Amino acid sequence: MSKQHVSTTINGDEVEFLCEPHQSLLEVLRDELGLTGTKEGCATGDCGACSVMIDGRLVCSCLMLGVEAQGVEVTTIEGIAGADGLHVIQQKYLEHAALQCGICTPGFIVATKALLDRNPDPDETTIRYWLAGNLCRCTGYDKIVRAVQDAAQNLAYEA
Amino acid sequence: MAEALDLKAIGTRPVRPDGIDKVTGRAAFGADLHLPNMLHGMVLRSPHAHARIKSVDLTRARAAEGVLAAVSGADFPGGAGAGDLAKNVIARDKVLYHGHAVAAVAAKTLLQAEAALDLIEVDYEVLDPVMSLDEAMADGATLVNESQHTNGDTSKPASNVAATQRFERGDLAAGFAEADVVVETEHRVPMAHQGYIEPHACTATANEDGKATVWCCTQGHFDVRSLTAQVLGEKVGNIKVIPSEIGGGFGGKTTIYLEPLAVKMSQMTGRPVKMTMSREDVFRATGPTSGTWCKAKIGAKKDGTFTAASAWLAYEAGAFPGAPIGPGCMSVLAPYEVPNLVIEGNDVLVNKPKVCAYRAPGAPQSMHAMESAIDELARQLDMDPIDLRLKNSAAEGTVAPYGPRFPAIGLRECLEAAKVHPNYTAPVPEGAGRGVAVGFWFNIGMQSSAEVRIAEDGAVTVMEGSPDIGGSRASMALMAAETLGVPYEQVKAHVGDTESTGFCNVTGGSRTTFATGMAVVQACEDIIAQCKQRAALTWDLDEEQVDWVDGEAVPKPGVNADVKPLSLADIARGAGRTGGPLLGRASLNAQGAGASFSCNFTDTIVDTETGKVDVLSFTAVQDAGRAIHPSYVEGQMQGGAVQGIGWALNEEYIYDDNGVMENAGFLDYRVPVASDMPMIDTEIIEVANPFHPYGVRGVGETPIVAPLAAVSNAVRDQLGFRIPDLPLSPPRVLEAIDEQGGH
Ligand code: FES
Ligand code: FES
Repeated sequence: MSKQHVSTTINGDEVEFLCEPHQSLLEVLRDELGLTGTKEGCATGDCGACSVMIDGRLVCSCLMLGVEAQGVEVTTIEGIAGADGLHVIQQKYLEHAALQCGICTPGFIVATKALLDRNPDPDETTIRYWLAGNLCRCTGYDKIVRAVQDAAQNLAYEA
Repeated sequence: MAEALDLKAIGTRPVRPDGIDKVTGRAAFGADLHLPNMLHGMVLRSPHAHARIKSVDLTRARAAEGVLAAVSGADFPGGAGAGDLAKNVIARDKVLYHGHAVAAVAAKTLLQAEAALDLIEVDYEVLDPVMSLDEAMADGATLVNESQHTNGDTSKPASNVAATQRFERGDLAAGFAEADVVVETEHRVPMAHQGYIEPHACTATANEDGKATVWCCTQGHFDVRSLTAQVLGEKVGNIKVIPSEIGGGFGGKTTIYLEPLAVKMSQMTGRPVKMTMSREDVFRATGPTSGTWCKAKIGAKKDGTFTAASAWLAYEAGAFPGAPIGPGCMSVLAPYEVPNLVIEGNDVLVNKPKVCAYRAPGAPQSMHAMESAIDELARQLDMDPIDLRLKNSAAEGTVAPYGPRFPAIGLRECLEAAKVHPNYTAPVPEGAGRGVAVGFWFNIGMQSSAEVRIAEDGAVTVMEGSPDIGGSRASMALMAAETLGVPYEQVKAHVGDTESTGFCNVTGGSRTTFATGMAVVQACEDIIAQCKQRAALTWDLDEEQVDWVDGEAVPKPGVNADVKPLSLADIARGAGRTGGPLLGRASLNAQGAGASFSCNFTDTIVDTETGKVDVLSFTAVQDAGRAIHPSYVEGQMQGGAVQGIGWALNEEYIYDDNGVMENAGFLDYRVPVASDMPMIDTEIIEVANPFHPYGVRGVGETPIVAPLAAVSNAVRDQLGFRIPDLPLSPPRVLEAIDEQGGH
C-alpha cells in the first residue's frame, strides 16, 4: 500500500509527513518524526504513556492512526515547556519528586495539562479519576497527585 | 555515629540532576535510539507451553522481502557454556513455556520482519505442560527437564524440584509442646509480574572489527555485557554496553533476553539491529515472580512469647531453576526471636516463564504466610498485633534464622512508631477492617566503583555505573556535596557506560545508595586527600598540617601559617602547578548492608455485595538508616506499598488448560491505578547503619513485603474469617463470603 501524505500541526509547528495507512500516530511521532518523548508502554490503550492532546483533548496516540492527524493540532510532551522555561506542571512534578524512573512522566504531564486546562481546581478524587488512564508502577501515585494539586494552586495564583 | 553528624546536603530534597530531561521528554530510554540503516528485529515465540523442537526451518523467512538475517538456537553454538541463560534467550531442543523464543529475524521494516515470522517453519512434538506446584511435585509428574535432579543428586530419580533449602534451630517439637496456642495456616499466591511500564528494548551495532555496542534499558549494563558475551561465546572486551534511561525494572531488568539476538543479527548483516518487546511479550516471556504455596505454623505462650515456628515453602521457578527460595527462607522469620524453628524451601520447575527478581524476591510470599499466622495468633491471644510483634521483635544481637547476628536494626523503632501513629490510634472506620504486618529485607552490598572529577572552576562530576531507576543520581550528588563540603548545585552525577566508568553490579537488592554511595563518598575522600596535599604544597606545610573544612583547605588549628583558605575551585584552577587534574577514585566490594525492617498497617473495606476491596488508608513505617533524599525514600515506600497492594488485591497470571496465559496485557492484568489508591502515608525511621559512612540502609525492597499480609489481615479483620490465598480479587472474596454464609 502506498504511503499517505498528512499535513498537521505539532506543538505549534506546521508539519507534513508520509506514513503507512496502518501506522499509529504514536509510531509516526516516534519513528518518523523523532519525537520520542511520547512513550509506548502497551500499544493497546491501557497505560497512557503515549498520551498527547489532539485539539486540546487527551488521546492515547497508540489508538489513533497517523493519517487521522490530518488538519488537527497535536500537542506532545515536547510542546509543554515554553521558550521561557518549564511549565508549572513540569516544575511541580520535579519539586514533588513525582517521578522515579520517568517513563510514565511525559504521559502524566500531558494528561495533567489536559485536566487543568479544563478544570483549574480539581479535588483529589477528580485528579485520581482523570489520571486513572495513566499507569505509574514506581510512585504509588501519591506524589503525582500532590504535584498536580500544587500545580493547580500555582496556576490559580498566577491567573 | 551518624546522628552526631552535622549534615548540610543530606536530608534535603533538591531536584534531581536528570529531572529536566525526564519532564520534557528529552531523556532517552531503551526504545528511543534510532540509527541510520537500522534493521528491525522480531522474535518468533512458542505457541506451546511444553514441546520438543523437531526442526526449525528458516529458509523461506530468509528469502522474504526485506529480510537480511534469521536465526534459531542452532546459530548460538558458543553459548553452550551459558546453559539455562542461553536456552532461555533462544530455545534449543525444547520449548518450556508459551512465549519462549524460538527464532528471530531482522528486516528493513517492522512489517517485513513480522511477515517473515509467519514463514518460519517449526515442527513441534507437543508435550503435557506442568502448570502447578501440586502437579510438579506429585509422584510420577511429567518432567519439565528430564535430567533435573534435586540438588544435583543423581542417585535419586529426576524431579521437578530443582533445589531445596533448610534452616533449623533448636527442637521444633519441644517448642510447640511448650506453646499454649499454636496456629497453622496455608496459602497460595499466583505468579505476578514486576509490571515496569517500559518494555524491554535494545539496539546493537556490530563493527567490522568484531566489536559490538549494545544500547539497552537495564538495571546492570556490566551484567548485560558479561551475560551477552556468554551466550554469544564472545570475549567480554568485544562488547560495550551503554545503559539508556530505564523505565522501571524492580528486578526484572537484571538479566538479558533480546541482546544476544540483536548482536548476532547485527554481526550477520553489518547493520544496527533494534529489537523491542510488545507488552504481551513482556508478560509471556520475561520476569514474573514465583507463584507460591506456603505453610506457616507458629506457637506462643499465653503472654505472647513465641516458642516455635516452622515454614514450608514451595516456589515456582518457571522453566529453569532459580526461584528465590533462599531469600524466602531467610525472610520468613527474620523479624523475630524464635528459639525453635524449621524453615524449608523448594525450587520447583513448571512450564511458565523463568522467574526473575521482583523487589525483595521471595520475601513477600513467605512473609505473607507467616504474618497471616501471627495475626491469627494475636487474635487467639487477644493481643494487639503490634504488641505481639514487639514482644518477640528481633533487635541488635538477635541471631537471624539464616545465621548472622543483627547489628543495630530498627524493627522495634518501627513498631513503636506505628503504635503511636495517629492513623493507628484513630478508631477503625465504621464497617472496615485494620491489618498490620511487618516487612524485612536483608539488603546487599557487592561491587561498585566511582570516579569524581573536578573541573577548573570547581564543578564536580561524579561518574558511576549504577543505572538510575528512582533518583539515585540525586542521592550520589547529595553524598558527594556533603563529603566535599560544596553546594549540591555544584555537583553533577552521571551513569557511565561499560567503557567510561568502573565496574558496578546491578542496581538491585537495594544496594545502590548503600554500595555505590559508599564508593562515591570514598572517591570524594580521595579528592579531599589530594586537595590537602596540594594546599600543603602551595603553603609549604606538611600534609598533616592541613584540614578540609566546609569545602576549603585550611591550616589545622594551631598551625602557624598566614594563608587564605583554598576552595575546591582555587585548588582545581591551580592544579597544573601542583600535580595535574584532580581525579578521585574508589572501588569496593561493600560489606555490611544493614537490614531494613518495616511495619505497615492499613484500613480496608470489603463491599460484601461485589467482593471488591477498597483501601481506605495505608501507612508505611520503615527504617532507612539515613534518608539521603527523603522524597525518594518516601517514593520507594509508596511505590512498593502500591505494588504490594496490587499483588494482594488483583494481580495474577491466569492460565488456560494448555498453559497459555490468558491475561497478557494491562487491561486484564490489572495493576493499581490512581483512582484505586489513597495517599500512602509514610514515616521514615533512622537507625543508622554502622557500616555506611552516613548510616544508609537500602530502602527499595522492603516496602513491597508487608502489604500482602497487611491487606489480608485487614480483610480478615472485617469479615471475621480469613481468605488465605491471594489475590483478594472480587470473585475470590465473593466466593469466600458466599461459602461462609452457607455454613
Ligand atoms: S502505549 Fe498507548 S496506552 Fe499504552
Ligand atoms: S515513574 Fe516509573 S512508571 Fe511512573
